[in-house]
Amino acid sequence: MATATAEPQSLPATEGDGHKHKKNALSDGQGRLAWILLAPTLIIIAVVAGIPVILSFWESLHQTNAGVDPNTGMIAGGDKFVGLQNFTDIFTGANPVTGSYGTIDRFWNAFLNTTFITIVCVLLETVIGVAMALIMAKAFRGRGIVRAGILVPWAIPTIVSALMWKLIFDSSGVMNRILGTQILWLADTGASFWAIVIADTWKTAPFIGLLTLAGLQTIPAEVYEAAKVDGASTWQQFVRITLPMVKPALVVAVLFRTLDTLRMFDLPYGMIGPGKYRVETLSVFAYQEAAQTRYGPAAAYAIILFIYVLLVAFLFVRILGAEVIGDADVQKKKKKKKGDEEPAGPPATALEMAGGAH
Amino acid sequence: MSATTADVREEHLSKEEIEQLAHPKRPLKARVGVVLSYVGMALIVLYCIIPFYWMVVSSLRLPTEGQSTEFIPSPVSIDNYKGVFSAQNNFGRSLINSVIVAGTTTILVLLFGIIGAYALARLRFRGKVLVLWLIMACSMFPLVVLLPPLLKMFSSTSPFTWFPYWINTYQSVILPGLSFGLPLAVWTLTAFFKQLPVELEQAAMVDGCTPGVAFRKVILPLAAPGVLTTAIIVFIGAWNEFLLALTFLQDKDIQTATVAISKFTGTTGFDTPYGTIMAAGVVVTVPLLLAVLIFQRRIVAGLTAGGVK
Repeated sequence: MATATAEPQSLPATEGDGHKHKKNALSDGQGRLAWILLAPTLIIIAVVAGIPVILSFWESLHQTNAGVDPNTGMIAGGDKFVGLQNFTDIFTGANPVTGSYGTIDRFWNAFLNTTFITIVCVLLETVIGVAMALIMAKAFRGRGIVRAGILVPWAIPTIVSALMWKLIFDSSGVMNRILGTQILWLADTGASFWAIVIADTWKTAPFIGLLTLAGLQTIPAEVYEAAKVDGASTWQQFVRITLPMVKPALVVAVLFRTLDTLRMFDLPYGMIGPGKYRVETLSVFAYQEAAQTRYGPAAAYAIILFIYVLLVAFLFVRILGAEVIGDADVQKKKKKKKGDEEPAGPPATALEMAGGAH
Repeated sequence: MSATTADVREEHLSKEEIEQLAHPKRPLKARVGVVLSYVGMALIVLYCIIPFYWMVVSSLRLPTEGQSTEFIPSPVSIDNYKGVFSAQNNFGRSLINSVIVAGTTTILVLLFGIIGAYALARLRFRGKVLVLWLIMACSMFPLVVLLPPLLKMFSSTSPFTWFPYWINTYQSVILPGLSFGLPLAVWTLTAFFKQLPVELEQAAMVDGCTPGVAFRKVILPLAAPGVLTTAIIVFIGAWNEFLLALTFLQDKDIQTATVAISKFTGTTGFDTPYGTIMAAGVVVTVPLLLAVLIFQRRIVAGLTAGGVK
């Protein structure tokens, strides 16, 4: 983040980083060295990610020849170019399944699952994560223990946590015993959705908590003291000081989590299983298609997911950029009242926020 | 006389002040707040630990009581752990595979990531923003996009008949794995390098070092903690990788631990062997937990370095 935030300013020949122009002895006329040092990274990224993505796009324009039975796994017949048919097929409803949204095309079912799981999970994780961060920030002692505890869900492999929750949510498992219910969590019911949400929230809310805590710790105590002197209530302090000041860190954490949840694979696959339409995400669906050698549709769905992820990231950036501008407007109004003439920040923050996404 | 009184008074006052400073009166509200914060912290720890506790407990039951809901296993048994390493499951082999895959990925990622991150942190050049965008986009894309073409390629299916058959090889997982490990490493390392003052290299160069030597002899030793942290984060990521391994490693002898766990079957073949799975889960997780607990400060610093300025 530090890197990227500095970049847009450093482009027009002035150095960011707080170093004065031309003071960085290492960086004068060393663009070639930079490219040499970066070359291995860039080449590897191009080979292991760039080329396969392009191939995947090419693949999405093809279908396995109809003369070959896909069930036998015989793919000797080769491919035929079908243009955008794999993409347009999702609108014809050729592959209807019955999930939580009635009988609709399997793609849209997976798309809606992905979307709703992401929205619910990220909302819950953010609320719980922020609450955790607030508690940890208040603590005087024992922060080390809490930090150690918080890293436990993060370190457990997702597939192991999926199987762990599978045991907990078993129909005769401990969750039903504690709740005194007989819910079939794993049987591809509406409850399966919530089982996924709970398992994902458990694993990643602490991560949001950690990132938010780091943001909280940058807020100087004087700000709160001043607010107290002015008679601000705890809630006012939270809404007017804590949230705005922690926003940059929180936004990055939420963006991370959103993109990650959109790609979710291990949890539904390991916990509920493949081909369960109530929880089938786009990643699971695309994987299933690829595993059954329907490479064309699989690539098409994966590409759509990729575009979806990019779009969400872009919207995040735009909305946050808009919010930043909005904030600036609000600040302008406030400052007018106070008679402060300091200009508000430039509206070109979108790029910075985007760069700040890591 | 009056002066003495004043002195005494002053002394008296300051004593009171000292007293007050030494034992600040905590209003009831603040004390309740402290208690509540401890309760809150306890809740957080319980929230994080309890499901893991359930995994450990379930792994310590008799294999026949896999789905028991007793909170303490009785009798405590390590039969599940024996089962994990039995000939049927061959989990030791899977662990070795995981170490090979995750270890190689980490080493490769660090080799290339360190020099790339150093350039991004220190050098000024045209197109830096573009590179940053590219690396970020790379860490953003869904891994499943890679599957269709790579599956075709690695299985030498037309039109990739010229490509060697790579299904069930380590490189089929390691190379695509670089696509998520490398951006992660570059971002984390860039943040670490930026924390080191640039004056260090300047001093070294004044003393006659070339930038390369300054990097090797001055920066790299100082950045060692950051490199170690990055290594741990990347290793954990690669160790936990599931989708690529599931797709490309189909042979039992080359499966990584995460795939092996997901494919455990019971002796009867009908029941899910929860006890064995949980025991294997504990075996896979405990090394990571130990590393995380030992290096927790560093890891938290590494995870937040990119996120917070």
